[in-house]
Amino acid sequence: MADTIDRTALQQFLLRMGDNTLILGHRVSEWCGHAPVLEEDIALANTALDLIGQTQLWLDYAAEVEGAGRSADDLAFLRDVWDFRNVLLVELPNGDFGQTLMRQFLYDAWASIMLGRLQKSADERVREIAEKAAKENAYHVERSADTVVGLGDGTEESHTRMQAALDYLYPYVGELFESDATDAAMVEAGVAPDPAGLREDYDALVGRVMADATLRLPEKAYVHRGGRSGTMHTEHLGHLLCTMQWLQRAYPGCRW
Amino acid sequence: MSSVNPSAYPDTDSDAAPPRKEWPLWEIFIRGQHGMSHRHVGSLHAPDSEMAIKNARDVYTRRNEGVSIWAVESRHIAATVPSEKGPMFEPSESKVYRHPTFYDIPDEVGHM
Repeated sequence: MADTIDRTALQQFLLRMGDNTLILGHRVSEWCGHAPVLEEDIALANTALDLIGQTQLWLDYAAEVEGAGRSADDLAFLRDVWDFRNVLLVELPNGDFGQTLMRQFLYDAWASIMLGRLQKSADERVREIAEKAAKENAYHVERSADTVVGLGDGTEESHTRMQAALDYLYPYVGELFESDATDAAMVEAGVAPDPAGLREDYDALVGRVMADATLRLPEKAYVHRGGRSGTMHTEHLGHLLCTMQWLQRAYPGCRW
Repeated sequence: MSSVNPSAYPDTDSDAAPPRKEWPLWEIFIRGQHGMSHRHVGSLHAPDSEMAIKNARDVYTRRNEGVSIWAVESRHIAATVPSEKGPMFEPSESKVYRHPTFYDIPDEVGHM
């Protein structure tokens, strides 16, 4: 499959998928030992581990397609900010617990639709990864949606915090649906859907959950972009990489 | 004097339950495989029954321990009183003939 299509575009697509799960997985793991209650602490750690597991699959394949002798670990721990292709949404700071779960839901909702489409990919490897990830995501999205509803339609304080989280995060949602030449090549090869085509299902799902959560979606918000194209990340990604990559940078080639 | 204490667990049902700040406590039962019974594995806090099941999934089945989960709010469990265990349990200590140890169970019977 990968031989007949634009390998650079395929590698970029795989990096986008893998960097999303890597950076979000790391962000969520920052809660380990700090969550408000033990049960949520363990649940968040499970989610983070699922995302890191998915990262392994995406980046393994990206490294293979690249064919430059790099491994998934090299891609995760030895690239700098400008080489990352995750959307800005996933690198944003955790904020409070509500903001973390709001970001999780906004991502999970997109992933649930994306992974559904990728299970029909013409690329067998992509199909297999999507099938495995979709099972994990189905639980993630159920849990994050329930928590968003519980906190949004909760106390006055939790409602206020969830509305603030939505107002802060929503301008970063638009980037998930941008299309460029890489996406066009993926559509052409039947590997992945056009991101713009996921928007309708996404709006329906998010609209339903926000209505249950008694939260108001911001109107026509400005769209922050630059992560998936690599033109410009937020200042937060560099700090995240500092922590995540520190060991490999300080002790190159060090093994567990 | 009763040897059963319906309020052995926190926040037990009562007319004058004070408002709680903490999530209620739930007892979790997991069935390891089909054909076995659910077993108590521990407890956790959750705001409602749905979240209790989800939390149980995350806390108690992350190493592939189960195929079914039950969650029961702890306050609904009636329990014996520890200080009454004499009259409650000691009378059966000396009745060895109640144990089914005087015959062999064939291997083919399997789990009983």
